[in-house]
Amino acid sequence: MTTPLLVVEHLTMRFGGLVAVDDLSFTAMDWKITAIIGPNGAGKTTVFNCLTGFYRPTVGRLTFHGRHGPVLLEREEGFRIPRHGIARTFQNIRLFANMTALENLVVAQHNELMRASGYTVLGLIGWKGYREAERRAVDLARYWLDRMGLLPRADWQAGALPYGEQRKLEIARAMCTRPRLLCLDEPAAGLNPRETAELADLLVEIRDRENIGILLIEHDMSMVMRISDHIVVLDHGRKISEGTPESVRNDPVVIKAYLGESAEEELPEEVAEDLARTGGGS
Amino acid sequence: MSTRATRARSGLAAGRFDAARALREAGLAAFVAFVLFLPLVGFELVGGEGRLGLEYRFDWVLIGTAAVFVGHFLISLIRAVRGPARRAQGDAGPIAHFFTVHATWFGVAGVVIAFVLPWTPFGNRYVVDVATTLLIYVMLGWGLNIVVGLAGLLDLGYVAFYAVGAYSYALFAQWFGLGFWECLPIAGVLAAMAGILLGFPVLRLRGDYLAIVTLGFGEIIRIILLNWYEVTRGPNGISGIPRPTLFGLEFARYSSDGMTFHEFFGIQYDSHHRVVFLYYLILLLALITNWFVLRIRRLPLGRAWEALREDEIACRALGINPTNTKLTAFALGAMFGGFAGSFFATRQGFVSPESFTFIESATILAIVVLGGMGSQLGVVLAAAVIVLLPEFGREFEQFRMLLFGAAMVGIMVWRPRGLMAFREPTVLLHARGRGEEAPR
Repeated sequence: MTTPLLVVEHLTMRFGGLVAVDDLSFTAMDWKITAIIGPNGAGKTTVFNCLTGFYRPTVGRLTFHGRHGPVLLEREEGFRIPRHGIARTFQNIRLFANMTALENLVVAQHNELMRASGYTVLGLIGWKGYREAERRAVDLARYWLDRMGLLPRADWQAGALPYGEQRKLEIARAMCTRPRLLCLDEPAAGLNPRETAELADLLVEIRDRENIGILLIEHDMSMVMRISDHIVVLDHGRKISEGTPESVRNDPVVIKAYLGESAEEELPEEVAEDLARTGGGS
Repeated sequence: MSTRATRARSGLAAGRFDAARALREAGLAAFVAFVLFLPLVGFELVGGEGRLGLEYRFDWVLIGTAAVFVGHFLISLIRAVRGPARRAQGDAGPIAHFFTVHATWFGVAGVVIAFVLPWTPFGNRYVVDVATTLLIYVMLGWGLNIVVGLAGLLDLGYVAFYAVGAYSYALFAQWFGLGFWECLPIAGVLAAMAGILLGFPVLRLRGDYLAIVTLGFGEIIRIILLNWYEVTRGPNGISGIPRPTLFGLEFARYSSDGMTFHEFFGIQYDSHHRVVFLYYLILLLALITNWFVLRIRRLPLGRAWEALREDEIACRALGINPTNTKLTAFALGAMFGGFAGSFFATRQGFVSPESFTFIESATILAIVVLGGMGSQLGVVLAAAVIVLLPEFGREFEQFRMLLFGAAMVGIMVWRPRGLMAFREPTVLLHARGRGEEAPR
């Protein structure tokens, strides 16, 4: 039995005359992977930015059942949202490039450590409680570095890591905030097929072992279809389909959105087969 | 990758030397030099016999132009033979790395040298005085390092906080008769408040825009000091600022109230005592600043500053409050500027808006940038270069600023990210030498 973790109702985001997201409603369940897919420019990242407080939605209610009970995200200040248990990664990796991998993960535990350091005052005089809190923070960081296979490179500058490891480090950093919902914006972008498969396994493992919900934006359909429990399909800001991977994959509306109006008649047989297998993605 | 490409290209260039091109470039350089030398070197004003006369030195112009031509050609030749100079990009360089890894030892050695300096044979009044000036700039550099080096907020108006500190001491001493030690914390608090005042309007600004607003803020403070005549006595400044005391002991020949230093210790009065005392005072203040910055770098606040410098959006996504983080950086950086300003006022015994012009801000910023953003040791080295070079250059008279400028250009060409561009991690998982080595 799962419970709703995030309930999005009538989310609309307008930029001047442009409607980026139009009356979108969906629910992300706890302990499930919910994927948001759609062609480029469909408004997927805008949804993320609304959820994580970077944009204030024009219309809509975003209810998140977070750490301290239900909260309306659209009323929260952006930097407070992570404190309720939402963590995110970015489409273009945003690590603290000149800091080490370990430091990146320690910074992610800022608010906890800030309290432990007595808002710096106790920390300055070397209070024991702070040193213990820092040790715990490093331990959590070590755990996630280990999970990501980055332990030997813990003291590298984040910017010096190879691309795939930077992606993993960003996920580790998000996990160090101890989220209830992990939002991943195209985590497989730029990864090779083997790395993508590893990432898919990792996400399933995170879902099952950490018991959190995952919200996923992804273009790699093989990955989305394999690991998602629920898929929301956007096109031009509107939800055009929703359901399990099987139902979405066979939905003619989805296929049309991805391949154009008269796609079905013109498709060569092998492409149509491929499409049926992977669900209309490229 | 790119180095391999440049090396391949340099290999090609080393193969054949394009003489025509080198000559053309040398000619161009010589022409520019000629245009510059003609008014700068070609004419000389000579005094004497009660009137000014003009002397022509066109032979010097020709010699200079020829020297530039030959020099430029030779440089092209050397480059063609040896390949182009290695572009120093992000790499810290083995020397800087060595310095940073052994920073503790260099720090301890530096502090020991600083402590014994007045007692060494060459610790005369002039040397101690210059060392005091050097330490003021080191302290200001360390203070500004919080704002610019750690938090990455380019502040061109840091001298405003220096001025706030100096004037708060001067005014509190003049109006309320407070001494240096009472005023020091007040000056720090007032400067920190000025820092927050500056911080609020610039929260959303970055880079060039931030630099312009902070530059304006520095000027606003100076112009207020200049024009608020009733309080600050405008351009006349405030004189007769009391000197600091050592637990109530004055450094004077006679004391109107209380004891003097030489009476208490039963030694001969020597004006040198006060100079040495001031030196130790600023040394202490600077060391406190250094301790504070080194310590706070390893605290969550310091890490948040550095994270903010790297990526503000990622910080927000991790739940870091960017407003508070930036304001604390401005406030704490300003506080140390205020302390230094207080010391400046008590050392000079006189403050006027003249001392707080933009050139001071630029000098302090230059110290931080030349030192390598965020590096404490780098600030010391850069302050030494900037304060001592003009002193050493005194024999060159009017050419010393030229020398100074050339040295700054030279440092930026060879070490574009500052003398100490190597960033020491605030926390390590593996002991040094264990774990995989990062590529450098």
